[in-house]
Amino acid sequence: MALHRGRGFAAINYPIGMNLGGDPSQALIHSNPDGKFTVALSAIDLGQGMKSVTRQIAAETLGVPVTDVYVDTADSDTGPHDMGSFASRGTHRMGNAVIMAAKEARAVMLEAAAEELEVDATDLVTDGRGNIHVRGAPGRSITTMAAAQAAQFKQGRTIAGRGIFLIPLSEVDPDTGEMTPVSTFAHAAMLVEVEVDDETGEVTVTDMKSAYEVGRALNPRLVEQQLRGGAWMGMSHAAWETTEPYYPARDHGPVDFNTYLMPGPGDLAPHHISVLERPAEDGPYGGKGPGEMCANPVLPAVVNAVYDAVGVRIDELPVTPEKVLRGLRALGGAKPRRRL
Amino acid sequence: MSGTLTDQPMIDFRKEFFADERDDNLNEVGKPTRRQDITGHVTGRSPFYDDHLFEGLLHIRCVRSPHHAARVRRIDLSAAERMPGVVRILTGKDVPRNLNTLLSLLDFGIDDEPVISTDRVRYRGEPVAAIIATSEARARDAVAKVVVDWEPLPHVLDVEEAIKPGAPVVLDIYPSNKFIYHGKYDHQKLRYGDVEAAFRQADHVIEGRYQMSPIEQAPIETCGAIATPEQNGRYACYSATQALFFSLAVSSKVLEMPSSRLHFIGGTVGGGFGGKVDSIHEPLAILGAMLTGRPCKCMWDREEEMQVGAPRGAERWYIKDGVMRDGRIIARSFTGYFDSGAYTRLSSYAIIKGVGHLPGPYTIPNVSANVYCVYTNRTPATAMRGFGITGVDFAIEAHMDKVADTVGLNPIELRILNAYRDGDMKAHRRLAKNCALIECCQVVAEKAGVKLSPAMLAASSRKDGGGERARLPISTVTDEHGLVRGFQGGSYGRKGAKPAPLSGISQTMPLATPTASQSPPPAAAPQQPPPRVGSMRFSSISGFRRR
Repeated sequence: MALHRGRGFAAINYPIGMNLGGDPSQALIHSNPDGKFTVALSAIDLGQGMKSVTRQIAAETLGVPVTDVYVDTADSDTGPHDMGSFASRGTHRMGNAVIMAAKEARAVMLEAAAEELEVDATDLVTDGRGNIHVRGAPGRSITTMAAAQAAQFKQGRTIAGRGIFLIPLSEVDPDTGEMTPVSTFAHAAMLVEVEVDDETGEVTVTDMKSAYEVGRALNPRLVEQQLRGGAWMGMSHAAWETTEPYYPARDHGPVDFNTYLMPGPGDLAPHHISVLERPAEDGPYGGKGPGEMCANPVLPAVVNAVYDAVGVRIDELPVTPEKVLRGLRALGGAKPRRRL
Repeated sequence: MSGTLTDQPMIDFRKEFFADERDDNLNEVGKPTRRQDITGHVTGRSPFYDDHLFEGLLHIRCVRSPHHAARVRRIDLSAAERMPGVVRILTGKDVPRNLNTLLSLLDFGIDDEPVISTDRVRYRGEPVAAIIATSEARARDAVAKVVVDWEPLPHVLDVEEAIKPGAPVVLDIYPSNKFIYHGKYDHQKLRYGDVEAAFRQADHVIEGRYQMSPIEQAPIETCGAIATPEQNGRYACYSATQALFFSLAVSSKVLEMPSSRLHFIGGTVGGGFGGKVDSIHEPLAILGAMLTGRPCKCMWDREEEMQVGAPRGAERWYIKDGVMRDGRIIARSFTGYFDSGAYTRLSSYAIIKGVGHLPGPYTIPNVSANVYCVYTNRTPATAMRGFGITGVDFAIEAHMDKVADTVGLNPIELRILNAYRDGDMKAHRRLAKNCALIECCQVVAEKAGVKLSPAMLAASSRKDGGGERARLPISTVTDEHGLVRGFQGGSYGRKGAKPAPLSGISQTMPLATPTASQSPPPAAAPQQPPPRVGSMRFSSISGFRRR
């Protein structure tokens, strides 16, 4: 009776943006009387940070501090159409729509500033701290607030912008499967370490080392939140969760969190994350979408680690003690591989 | 967390990779800015849909099937109607258009699922009536008083049992229990090169079978919605939906109500993970508000969330690889079965997404796949994080481990050896770009102290791709296996229809009419691929098929 350690590896890519296209997202931005901006969307913030990432993208494009931007979502009377938050499309699709809307609003803001400064709008730049100035002459400047107020209360301009992002729907060939499925791919590789108890069949994930390529980490904290939580979900998918423990039978289906098993805080393995950023050409500031792909490499990495530890292949998820023990019995005991 | 052997940081940003492709001097993008909504979340002040309070709120609870499949002979509501607090009982007859398929919004698929079932149920938990009462407890009490005369029918729960001849038919419109793709085949095909010829040349042929389990999205906030009459004949709906206009459009369709009369409010949701796209609660809550004139809440309890709510569908994959002694994979074929459960929901679409993803992040010169969307008598499956990809990635990467074992190669080196690179042709016939699989493998190897050969350390996604690797196969073997007849071209189209805005919901949804059943068994595969005459659009947001 012993604990066996093993390491398993997996690598994946993940299609970003709704498959095949045909899924528009729209954004509206306008300046308020105090020169701050409201972004109106119908996107959903499920906890992934939709409001925050669109806020940063809007601020970056407008050229104003992030504190000058407020994101309002989701109200179908005020927010324009959006397909929704799924399919790793939120950041990619809505981010692009917000950039388009912000560019239009920024152009009006600069025209208003140009009129106040009596210069050409094409000579103006923003400093990202709430000022607009003549390129190369920081002294000739006006605050974004003053420009916005001049526009609204003196010049009679509306500082507003409209944005939409739509990739046309791709055809799919029935005979070959030829299609244009995605905008871009995110990537990941994962090595997990497990301990397998050959007496109880229990598998404990003891360590995870990963590299995730996310295009651009638009907000590194939110990226980390997704990767850490998603890897936890992957570990949970691998060794814990199912609505039908004896699939395809429907017996013993869990009905609450006492019977639907998931790893608790004590079961968490340290997860050492490395983030790589290769900007996607059509992603907002190169961003892809880390939210969905982060769980995926963990599932196969865990079964591969179990094989490495005791020589048992588990090809049906989840990895339960029962399956491990049955595998060990069939094998005549643990046969550690130790290949990694 | 601590206790690591290597004392590595918990997170690092490897800015040295692809630095020449990035401008890192941005003002706001790339900053760890605190979330706009976090204070509300951590102090419990953020308003979720169920935090909106209404005077006289009514509660909706469903009467559900205890059988996997049954005919409904009779529903006796008389005792339930007399229960205290019962205001109204909804049945299928109350739903103006009691048939929908979620992807009809993308003009994809045939309406197959009632909001409230009338004569037949196809999974355990399917609703046949909805009690509207003054409290949730009273609604539950009344649910227990509904007497349904069930006639249990044969059922099928396993995907491969379901597609055998003579299996119980789940949905009459799909008599072989398989979704029909493009009005043409009972599965989605991927054909690239000639896998059979390559298997004959390979040093090793490695096969595997993989089963992904059904999984619950398990958001803390269970799915639900509250609808209330507004002025001017409008209804407001506070919802936990992940897809505001998707749910609005579904409601508009099944209630036959112009979308302009619906005002959806949401946006702050207590976890979704794919489980809040199905738009089950919004139509019921709005219908309740329409018929009672009072605010109505429809919300799952935890048991419903776990057993009635659509899970991540189970998938079964068979993979066969042809591999050379040095580890190069020269052919890979897949047979996949998605367990859609009793209705289509989003499974048919997940398969298209999955097929576009094959054969995983590798450049393999011969690839083939047959992937089936199979109906069984279980809770319909739906989206979940990694939809269409998670299950097949599990299969591919577990299989890669077996390949590494067979050829005696380090599992990380096997991936780098076969990894796709910029400029490579992919099996769906588009060039790869913006690749980074090799770099991810190298970083993990370095962190884990796994020694790679100099060639593997020198490999890059940005070099040695394209060229020969950009070429399409000289010939691709196609076949008509699984050909069906009697489904209209594309199943989705109606020639000459006017384009309508996606959620300009008053439009008539294009209705395809499946007129007959499946064709006889497949014809033999022709040796030469037939000439292509322009591929067929599998769907259209505008309501008609385009060429």
